[in-house]
Amino acid sequence: MSTVVLLTLTGLGLAALYFLIASGLSLVFGLAGVLNFAHGLFLSVGAYAGWFVATHWALGPAIPVGVAAGAATGALVELVVIRPLYRRPTEQVLATVGLSLAGVALLQSIWGADPRSYPRPAWTAHTTGVLGAQVPDDRFLLIGAAVLVLAALLAFLRWTRYGLIIRAGVENRAMVSALGIDVRAAFTLVFTLGGALAGAAGVLGGMYFGSVSPGQGAGLLIFAFIVVVIGGLGSVTGCAVAAVAVGLLQQFVNYYGTSGAGDVSVVALLAVVLLLRPGGVAGKVTA
Amino acid sequence: MILSVHDLSVTLGGSHILQGVSFDVPPTGITALLGRNGVGKTTTLRAVLGEIPATGSVDFGGVPALGRPTHRLVRDGLGYVPEDRCVFAGLTVAENLRLAVRSQDPDFRTVFGLFPELKQRSDQSAGTLSGGQQQMLALARVLLNPQRLLLIDEPTKGLAPAVISAVAAALERMAERVPMLLVEQNLAVVRRLARDAVVLAAGRVAWHGPTEELLGDPARTRDLLGVGSTVRRP
Ligand SMILES: Nc1ncnc2c1ncn2[C@@H]1O[C@H](COP(=O)(O)OP(=O)(O)OP(=O)(O)O)[C@@H](O)[C@H]1O
Ligand SMILES: [Mg+2]
Repeated sequence: MSTVVLLTLTGLGLAALYFLIASGLSLVFGLAGVLNFAHGLFLSVGAYAGWFVATHWALGPAIPVGVAAGAATGALVELVVIRPLYRRPTEQVLATVGLSLAGVALLQSIWGADPRSYPRPAWTAHTTGVLGAQVPDDRFLLIGAAVLVLAALLAFLRWTRYGLIIRAGVENRAMVSALGIDVRAAFTLVFTLGGALAGAAGVLGGMYFGSVSPGQGAGLLIFAFIVVVIGGLGSVTGCAVAAVAVGLLQQFVNYYGTSGAGDVSVVALLAVVLLLRPGGVAGKVTA
Repeated sequence: MILSVHDLSVTLGGSHILQGVSFDVPPTGITALLGRNGVGKTTTLRAVLGEIPATGSVDFGGVPALGRPTHRLVRDGLGYVPEDRCVFAGLTVAENLRLAVRSQDPDFRTVFGLFPELKQRSDQSAGTLSGGQQQMLALARVLLNPQRLLLIDEPTKGLAPAVISAVAAALERMAERVPMLLVEQNLAVVRRLARDAVVLAAGRVAWHGPTEELLGDPARTRDLLGVGSTVRRP
């Protein structure tokens, strides 16, 4: 029983991380139609910015600085690289792939290829007893952050003018323009938002894994893409459900099966969902 | 003239769909844009709106329109009601309307006066509305704001006869306030609403003149529009 509890909370912690990465990725694809391979770079920039602040200054500001760095990277990438290429989707994908490779190389040249140890709040090293299991507190940090972000995103999409524009744009962005709205501004916004969430995931992931390395973002991005596809492009709720499914499946199969079976099972889940519901669990809706 | 289209050409997917279309839309009343299926009526509207690349010239209210982004033309008072309505299915009726608002003081009184049903259904998601209700919502979206010209594409398509006449009545009321370029296959509706007609054939304007002159001549109507055209009374 205690093993099941521990695996569940660990799986949910991982799910939280996937959700933070995938929700931005999903909104960017749903609204702007961009398959953004540079999303992992937003995460890495956030992670290193947070790491730099935490090691050279203080732990407290690491998260806001990581979020701000991720957001700034997201906005910059949209304005400089993505925006001139909206009518050329193939070049756009290639540009994001190139950017992600260049970003990894740049981080490597500055801080080296080896993992750097990531400072974390002292309390996250403690454990809490849950139904007889001793659960490390860092899981709760991740889960709490993801739940907060989920609630905030849903409120933003539901209650604000830009939320309305994003939900409508995911359905039909040409019609949003035909109502006199500059949908490109909303594109920049979702890139910034996605960058901010990826930056948060970078810092929290660094704390969770205890280290950061240049390739970390790209590694997590693969699972985030799977979550996006399973969840339905452009759906935040679908993303949350899919992230939980993927995180739990991966943890349980890795523990009870042979090593590496967890990743294979995630791909199998993806295949099953695509066969049964090609639009993902939520179809193409935002909420 | 509120809209002057001159030598408009569009190539889509390798085929030369519009090959020098020229016509004017006067600043009052309804001008019908007619032609057989697939001749390029929707393409003409989308090119005017800047949704697809085109060459030639389009002048909207005295300002060149080609090359300007769609949202700017719309903000200058060019309202668009597309062929398949394009209401946002996942948004409620109220949200669809709220999204469309761009003036300080949106004209909800006119909208709910013409379409009281939309007020009763404001919390219903637009995807669950009937075809007629969706059409009303699409028309309402352009009526909330001050407009200088409306481009309306087949507003009666797929609707039951009673609903067609309700939509036609609404268009008639709307036309008292704002000029329209109306694509419409139902010739009874065209006859009732449009003073002038522009007929496209083979990528060009094949006929341009008073609607009565066109529809009063069955041979010409059949020749230009084909026998498949609907002539049912609204
Ligand atoms: N994106 C596209 N690529 C290639 N061909 C296109 C494209 N869009 C439209 N066409 C073609 O252009 C022609 C004109 O289409 P359009 O929709 O303008 O016709 P229409 O007059 O509005 O027809 P209908 O009365 O059926 O609505 C059609 O033959 C159509 O198949
Ligand atoms: Mg058409």
